[in-house]
Amino acid sequence: MQRQFDWGRFLLIAIPFLWLLIFFLLPFAIVVKISLSDTANALPPYVPTLNLSEGWSGITSFFSQLDLESFAWLLDDKIYFLSYLNSLKIAFISTLLTLLIGYPMAYGLAKAPQRWRTVLLMLVILPFWTSFLIRVYAWIGILKPEGLLNMGLMSIGLIDQPLAIINTPTAVYIGIVYSYLPFLVLPLYATLEKLDQTLIEAALDLGCSPIQAFWKVTFPLSLPGVVAGCFLVFIPAMGEFVIPDLLGGSDTIMIGKTLWSEFFGNRDWPVASAVAVVLLLSLVVPIVIFQRIQERQREAEA
Amino acid sequence: MNVSRFSWFNLTSLIIAFSFLYLPILLLILFSFNASKLVTVWGGFSTKWYVSLFQNEMFMTAAWVTLKVAVVSATLATILGTMAAIVLTRVGRFRGRLLFSGMVYSPLVMPEVITGLALLLLFVAIGLDRGYWTITLAHTTLTMCFVTVVVSSRLVSFDKSLEEAALDLGCTKLSAFFQVTFPIILPAIIAGWLLAFTLSLDDLVIASFTSGPGSTTLPMKIYSQVRLGLNPEINALSTLLILLVSVGVIIASLVSKRAEEQNV
Repeated sequence: MQRQFDWGRFLLIAIPFLWLLIFFLLPFAIVVKISLSDTANALPPYVPTLNLSEGWSGITSFFSQLDLESFAWLLDDKIYFLSYLNSLKIAFISTLLTLLIGYPMAYGLAKAPQRWRTVLLMLVILPFWTSFLIRVYAWIGILKPEGLLNMGLMSIGLIDQPLAIINTPTAVYIGIVYSYLPFLVLPLYATLEKLDQTLIEAALDLGCSPIQAFWKVTFPLSLPGVVAGCFLVFIPAMGEFVIPDLLGGSDTIMIGKTLWSEFFGNRDWPVASAVAVVLLLSLVVPIVIFQRIQERQREAEA
Repeated sequence: MNVSRFSWFNLTSLIIAFSFLYLPILLLILFSFNASKLVTVWGGFSTKWYVSLFQNEMFMTAAWVTLKVAVVSATLATILGTMAAIVLTRVGRFRGRLLFSGMVYSPLVMPEVITGLALLLLFVAIGLDRGYWTITLAHTTLTMCFVTVVVSSRLVSFDKSLEEAALDLGCTKLSAFFQVTFPIILPAIIAGWLLAFTLSLDDLVIASFTSGPGSTTLPMKIYSQVRLGLNPEINALSTLLILLVSVGVIIASLVSKRAEEQNV
């Protein structure tokens, strides 16, 4: 009986554990390894490949052939540095913009009458389920020079020449804010909804104006939600590919796009892997901070 | 005191935010019924793009591949993700727990270009032919983490004493799970499956990296068409996908809400 139960527990842990080791952790080890390899005109397009049939000498020659050439290449060519910097800038600005639109929205949701809330929350979640690609595509028709936005603005006489929005960073900001808004609103709403109303009433009784009460009580208490939401926008926005590719045009370089074209365009697997390693390293800090906050909140709730 | 009242400011910000979220989608749907080939100029009502969509064999083949990948990967992901959720909420301490939870939650925030590249390099290194199965394996790995999040939040919130009672009354762990725990977390498992299914249906980046010749998925097809310019057939296809997913999500949330009301 005891033995049987132990087996069950072992398998329960081992099966998902092994799956993640093979399909999540091992691939990253391979990325690191290939980032240290050299490009070759072969299949697969890199050397060295590990040859275990040669025994120990095969292993040592494998390691001696690894070098940092791809990383040196990243430093040499300005395009890589510029794409990291640009990704950082675009991710940062669009996170701020998302917060500016998302905070009033989450606040409004938390204040909305109880009977509307389920429906309103559903309306926030629904776009998250509909295809990302389709939602980005929808904006092309709106932002084009002969698109709906320019047509509308020109017909009411606000502008007399179409605005150039598509293929600029502005279009990328719009795309990111639009796609990631639910990611920020949902955790923020969860914090605002749990907020103790009596604290705000106390602030008002003690002579705060509603605006002062908001900045002194509501906003500081909602910070965990703000931080969680901002990370959920910032981290994926850093590595975003679809939005800069479809809305940003060729002038908007971002790191996800550079990795993609290095891999699919130039077929340079070692450099693509090196780009991935650097992107991963630059995301480790925000990801770890994010996990810490999540854990602390889970502990606080438990 | 009127602080807790719903004010004009709240209403305005909700209206603006929801118009921002929904206007682009509504315009996309509207222009799928446009008779004109110019996607942004209205030329009268027509359903001809839907007809030509269904006659387009490339789209139909891609849709079939996508559907097969989504069903199989969502099912695998639901089994693995539920197991992982039980491990994280019920098993207690074990060696490597920190690594395990790290691996479960990391794919949620990992940029897709990295996950896609990493999985492709794995498949090349072990010599697996790229195609239908590699996309399925990749999607299973990505979506199982979402299933874990959904299922573990349900496992955390329900009354553990029910499980303990079943064990006290002589159930084995396995039968306690299937007779007590499983029915209670079933709505979350279904929600997890649906989430995994739609995520797989949607994915462009990871599928592009891990697919091979002959296994083009629908998002890959849409992407290559969109790069060539606006296309009314894509509007029609998008409308159908949005409709399908919206109806599915609304039904699923009604079902799970009713199930929760019965349980609590």
